[in-house]
Amino acid sequence: MDIKLREVEYRYAAGTPFERLAITEVSFDIPSGGYTAIIGHTGSGKSTVLQHLNVLLKPLKGEIQIGSRTIAAGRKEKNLKEIRRRVGIVFQFPEHQLFEETVEKDICFGPVNFGVSEGEAKERAREALALVGLPEHVLERSPFDLSGGQMRRVAVAGVLAMQPEVLVLDEPTAGLDPRGRHDMMEMFASLQKEKGMTCVLVTHSMEDAARYADRIVMMHKGRVYKTGTPCEIFSDGPDLTAIGLDVPETVRFQRLFEEKLGRPLGHLCLTPEELAREISRLRGES
Amino acid sequence: MMEKMILGRYLPADSVVHRMDPRAKLLFIFGFVLIVFLANNFFTYALLGVFTLIVILLARVKIQFLIAGLKPVIIIILFTFFLHVFFTKEGDILAQIGFLSIYKGGVIKGIFIALRFFLLILVTSLLTLTTPPISVTDGIESLFGPLKKVKVPVHELALMMSISLRFIPTLLDETDKIMKAQMARGADFTSGSLSNRVKAVIPLLVPLFVSAFKRAEELAVAMEARGYKGGEGRTKYRLLAWHMRDTLALLFLIGLAAALFALRS
Amino acid sequence: METVIAIEKVSFQYPNQTSFALQNISLHVEKGEWLAIVGHNGSGKSTLAKMLNGLHYPQTGNVTIGGLILSEENVWLIREKLGMVFQNPDNQFVGTTVQDDVAFGLENAGVEQAEMKERVLSALEKVGMAAFLNQEPHHLSGGQKQRVAIASVIALRPDIILLDEATSMLDPSGREEVMETIRELKEKEGLTVISITHDLEEAAKADRVIVLNEGNLYTEGTPREIFQMDKDLLKLGLGVPFSVQLSQLLADEGLLLTQRHFNEEELVREIWTLNFAK
Repeated sequence: MDIKLREVEYRYAAGTPFERLAITEVSFDIPSGGYTAIIGHTGSGKSTVLQHLNVLLKPLKGEIQIGSRTIAAGRKEKNLKEIRRRVGIVFQFPEHQLFEETVEKDICFGPVNFGVSEGEAKERAREALALVGLPEHVLERSPFDLSGGQMRRVAVAGVLAMQPEVLVLDEPTAGLDPRGRHDMMEMFASLQKEKGMTCVLVTHSMEDAARYADRIVMMHKGRVYKTGTPCEIFSDGPDLTAIGLDVPETVRFQRLFEEKLGRPLGHLCLTPEELAREISRLRGES
Repeated sequence: MMEKMILGRYLPADSVVHRMDPRAKLLFIFGFVLIVFLANNFFTYALLGVFTLIVILLARVKIQFLIAGLKPVIIIILFTFFLHVFFTKEGDILAQIGFLSIYKGGVIKGIFIALRFFLLILVTSLLTLTTPPISVTDGIESLFGPLKKVKVPVHELALMMSISLRFIPTLLDETDKIMKAQMARGADFTSGSLSNRVKAVIPLLVPLFVSAFKRAEELAVAMEARGYKGGEGRTKYRLLAWHMRDTLALLFLIGLAAALFALRS
Repeated sequence: METVIAIEKVSFQYPNQTSFALQNISLHVEKGEWLAIVGHNGSGKSTLAKMLNGLHYPQTGNVTIGGLILSEENVWLIREKLGMVFQNPDNQFVGTTVQDDVAFGLENAGVEQAEMKERVLSALEKVGMAAFLNQEPHHLSGGQKQRVAIASVIALRPDIILLDEATSMLDPSGREEVMETIRELKEKEGLTVISITHDLEEAAKADRVIVLNEGNLYTEGTPREIFQMDKDLLKLGLGVPFSVQLSQLLADEGLLLTQRHFNEEELVREIWTLNFAK
């Protein structure tokens, strides 16, 4: 399911003295089956864009196409549930949304709201829990007795159990320790690769964007600053730093190495593994 | 949804009203609440209206914002209006709809009561619009200071108030976030039968409570780490200063009270 | 060197838990040093942080801070010597505005109003937040709130500042901003800094690193020494800084390297001299 944003504008507290322009003239596409990263400084409008993807916010100008539905500014929209089932959002610190007595009930909350039978929802809860790497006995426990990292996984399972076609992730690893961060990012990547799920990642981590995404949308001051492949985006270091973003560590190191080498490497390496291979290959040649 | 509410919000600006001592403003509001009840005819209400308008102008708050922000309260005002229209049986009958009869006295009374309510809310929201919440708290703490002698925990109450004020925006943000997160999981807060809607708030309330308790706990630890052990031996960072304008404002109010007395029927 | 904190054979167990949160931990902190305590979630590092501020007391062993043995009698004196910055930027912001928040601790200490004004302003200047005196917390970024929290601590003039995962909820620029502030304060004010963290970039800035694992002191050393054991760190659920990670990957590819490099320039130089320059 493709998502297309066309000239989208949104203002918070529109028509009050507290009015604030959040995003304007935002247009970009999220192709089905791809992994799109939205990067930008805090306050660049990333989170506002994200909430439009399942119509938690409706554009004040412009329109959004979500699959075959078009959400246009100024129109009353009914029956948004179908969209929300197909576009799942994992918010930042999703463990804050847990509320049920047991992990199982909490994971079932989404599926049941979308009309899935109880039996089927429980089946899905089991599957989702396995996907996030938690043992089955956790199902009967209270989510509030779990550790922070486990709560995060349960909350993610709650969204996965909805079996969305598009998975939108807002800083899903914020506050996790390095191992937790790595495991979770790998899980999303495998969902995208193996199950063909469309992933949209909102992140501050240029490393994650470089490693996982195949398309990048750069936001700055409420507008789309640039879109492109990771290679296109990250090869222009000065452009990134101009809007307060970092160059991925790998790219920074590659540049340093190229300086020493006196010539550029054949292509831009996006992960340390790739860079290590490239340097090793070069050594073989020389 | 709640972002349009202006009740309880502070709108920073520089005006005479903004600069007033919060104690003066509190006394002023208290006095105003009392004398609003003196009005009982066209002239007295007109005088109150003009007076309120002057205060709004002095505070440099745009009237459109006030009106837009008071929309949620207008429903309550209309409700009281109709209550009086339908249930006060005074004066001539103006209209008869089925078993309901509408009396002239009822309409007049309805208008007056609604107006009184409206003016009260206008002036009290002016207090919060022009005074940082912390100053309101300081004012209250200072005005109620003498009660410490009779063992009323004035300091603790004031601190509680200021902390609640501090956390209102945080909790509103949080409510919004959790609501959206649950809506993304298919929760519906706006439609369905009443019992369904009550059920629908549970996924909102439980996380809110959990987080509020967590915040309270962490805040208590942070306060202790910074040496908070009660009001004993504490100094105050914010000192209040009473100026001529504060005295004048109260005199102005007394003048109004006298005029209302003279004009009421 | 003067020891400002001495932890001697401390153990601690939470009620209803079978394992120890801290088990026979001994460590010293020297005046003016920056010590990072790292460990994955549940390694005991938060328990240790709480103990340094008298929120928990050791069940066996002693904690001595600035010459005082931690006990319920002198916990308030200890809190004057050791200031804490916590994880959640919102839940430690007590005041309704920036200046009220910094003043809160001073009010508690009974400082005179005129002096308070001065100390609030100078503390805010030191963290670069003096322009935000009347700003309300919900208009500040996470990094700014944490800098205010740091100002609130230094306004009280403690000898030691303890950062309890103070950057873990921040975005990269917020993290950078807070770390830079701390680095400056340590240099100019001679503060002793203890940072409890799982952020390796943060740990890499320290003079000394202590690794905790399951309530035990796993190892300690300079960041350079610690990051030599990259594979062990990964096993403990910790990451390693980029250049260390790349050193490892290059070594796996068969490149010649003398060590796990801690610094990118150094690594580039060594790749070059040992593998390319002929």
